[in-house]
Amino acid sequence: MSTADAIVRRTAGALSVEQRDPPSPRRHARWLAARTYALRVVALLACAIGSAVVAGAQNATRSPSRSTLDAQVVPRGRAAAVTRPIVVASKPFGESYILAELFAQLLEARGFQVDRRPGLGATEIAFGSLRSGAVDVYPEYTGTGLLAILGADSVPAGGARGTFDLVAREFARVYGVRWLPPLGFENTYAIAVRRETAQRLRLGTLSDLARAAPSLTAGLTADFIGRPDGLPGLARRYGLRFAAVRPLLPAVKYQALASGAVDVIDGYSTDGLIARYDLVVLEDDLDFFPPYEAAALVGARAQREAPGAVLALTELSGRLDEATMRALNRQLEVDGAPVAEVAVAELRRLGLAAVGRRAADAPQRRARGSLASTLWAERAAIGRRTLRHLELTGASLLAAVLVGVPLGLLLERWRGGAEGVVRGVGLLQTVPSIALLAFMIPLLGIGVVPALVALFLYSLYPIVRNTYSGVRDADPPAVSAARALGMTPAQVLRHVRLPLAAPIVMAGVRTAAVINVGTATLAAFVGAGGLGEPIVSGLALADSRQVLAGAIPAALLALLVDVALGGAERLVTPRGVRRRAAG
Amino acid sequence: MQLSAAQVTKHYGAVAALRGVSLDVAAGECVALVGESGSGKTTLLRCFNRMVEPDGGRVAVGGRDVLELDPVLLRRATGYVPQDGGLLPHWTVLRNAALVPRLRGGAEAAQAEAVAGDALRLVGLDAARLGERYPHELSGGQRQRVALARALAGRPSVILLDEPFGALDAISRADAQRTFLDVRRARPTACLLVTHDLHEAERLADRVAVMRDGVIEQVAPPAELRAGPATEYVARLLQRTQL
Repeated sequence: MSTADAIVRRTAGALSVEQRDPPSPRRHARWLAARTYALRVVALLACAIGSAVVAGAQNATRSPSRSTLDAQVVPRGRAAAVTRPIVVASKPFGESYILAELFAQLLEARGFQVDRRPGLGATEIAFGSLRSGAVDVYPEYTGTGLLAILGADSVPAGGARGTFDLVAREFARVYGVRWLPPLGFENTYAIAVRRETAQRLRLGTLSDLARAAPSLTAGLTADFIGRPDGLPGLARRYGLRFAAVRPLLPAVKYQALASGAVDVIDGYSTDGLIARYDLVVLEDDLDFFPPYEAAALVGARAQREAPGAVLALTELSGRLDEATMRALNRQLEVDGAPVAEVAVAELRRLGLAAVGRRAADAPQRRARGSLASTLWAERAAIGRRTLRHLELTGASLLAAVLVGVPLGLLLERWRGGAEGVVRGVGLLQTVPSIALLAFMIPLLGIGVVPALVALFLYSLYPIVRNTYSGVRDADPPAVSAARALGMTPAQVLRHVRLPLAAPIVMAGVRTAAVINVGTATLAAFVGAGGLGEPIVSGLALADSRQVLAGAIPAALLALLVDVALGGAERLVTPRGVRRRAAG
Repeated sequence: MQLSAAQVTKHYGAVAALRGVSLDVAAGECVALVGESGSGKTTLLRCFNRMVEPDGGRVAVGGRDVLELDPVLLRRATGYVPQDGGLLPHWTVLRNAALVPRLRGGAEAAQAEAVAGDALRLVGLDAARLGERYPHELSGGQRQRVALARALAGRPSVILLDEPFGALDAISRADAQRTFLDVRRARPTACLLVTHDLHEAERLADRVAVMRDGVIEQVAPPAELRAGPATEYVARLLQRTQL
């Protein structure tokens, strides 16, 4: 790595120097520290030039991106005539929503049409969608790319730059997917303490923490306690031994820290709440955590078909520092501002969008106030989502009935293979829904289709099982007598087995329907909409009213479907059988 | 001969259910098959409506080898009364009784309900009062009568009865047996009656066939059987049921 490269590369990061300590040096601590210091100085100078270049040269090849992309020349795009919309997605948490909205609005400002798919599943689903071409761009973190996607078990040398170079090279080689130059901030694990604690115990770094830890109680998320790049590794690297470690839910950890219930938590470095609670983030002075630089990840198809859009996205490279991102997260998560407004204001501030431009749409407008008023204010959206939810459930259930009932009847005639087939269908039930959705993305993309297929598959088992068992076990003396008196097998099925099994078949449909209504909330993870939409975004934005605005109608819908199909069950129960059951 | 079995054999896996059984039932005659469980009597009965296909020997109904007959048509022409009635629980009494004429279709189907009503009256049930009820609304004795009416409604020349009164209490059974005798007087149909109750066999049948272990030990009218048991087993059986 040449110094010149490093200077340019660091131009982006240098923006943060004024507001905050820049990322600490990695691995070969001393050597790197010296080098980084030098780089910072140069970078400060380069900063002005760099920003000028970035701001001024919308059509030019961008200097900050040059070095990291030497093999992949940035196409000289224009605000291009791409006919299809660019699909911009995010993962289901606040920061990802903001970044995706920034991408989306920037593209719109440059004349591209955008299709927003916020809150896609988790990494597997978002990245799976990108790989398959269903999504064109979404924000990702280099550390996540390294550990979760590439499955690396060690962090390369060279700090943030080394990690970026590795993931950029490997993603291009393996997936044809491209990392645009980083946005300018890292969102890594942030071990945080109260300011009072930091001052009293003179804590500035994690090494300081190791010294004080035996008198402190840590409140950590289960995820962090468990994963090797979390507490176990951290404790080993720093020789950390807390007085106690209490597992905490992410939603409550800041409050737990602020109230004094715990002394140390694991946060994310750009969490909006770090500023709100005036916390001190301890420096990772031994470089334990891998770099988590945020960047736009662009799929192969978009690179091929919309080079202009890719180029437009690089306008954000190096423009967002950690303090800015923290402020944006805070606006969203603490102040409750709509994503679209947060994004448009930031683009305007960066000079990337025309002043006075309005947000194209603000689907995340969030009412504050009582739950009832939230639900009332959202009634139109709730109605629309309920309708979509019913469409998803109804269509997939209908398909499952049309396939499952005949299949169950067929199996009654072919008992040799029946149990095997039914078990095979049952096995589908054990596939975790998120995994099933993730498997489906390469085949079916994202949106309604994979959701319908997944819901169909989940509905199949109760219907096939109940149909098969119901017709097989239907009143054996009656079936035997009907045969002995001259009914053909088809007549036995139609006039005896099926009517007697009808309530059992219907009970299977009912079970499938209730499961389906619940599972359909996960459809939001693949961008299929429905009542899961506010649940996903509400969870992402720590907004319980949003979650309830999806969960309450979904629960009511499940109850309603259960009651309605319970009625249907009674309706299809033959009279003679019903009386007997009642008596 | 209405029913004729000659040297019929049947195995279930390694177990021999029938080992060369021969039996004839004349038109209008009632023959009872008596024996312990597992003696093969139900298996033999079911050979006549092809619910069981024998491994060897010849089975004929109305003088024709059953293998030449379509099993479904054979069954529609043969009355059948199982122990548990086997009524379709989701059909009314009248509809149950009308099953066979309906299955036969054509002119018979058009007449099915009338014929079924006659059959119900024949077994002593008030068709107008009970016809629209469901099986579970009847007593056990009434259900077996409906099953008998269902077997009669198709006016078969043969009726197969598999322990038809075996599950009834003593009083209902006596009533049902009386009804059966009345019916046979009104409609003398060839009957093969499987029972484990020698008294019932003596009371209802013209001849009694004692089965043991897949073989018929003796066939004779009840009085003859009492007078001269052909084998030691028959003698012991008679002794045990001498009350």
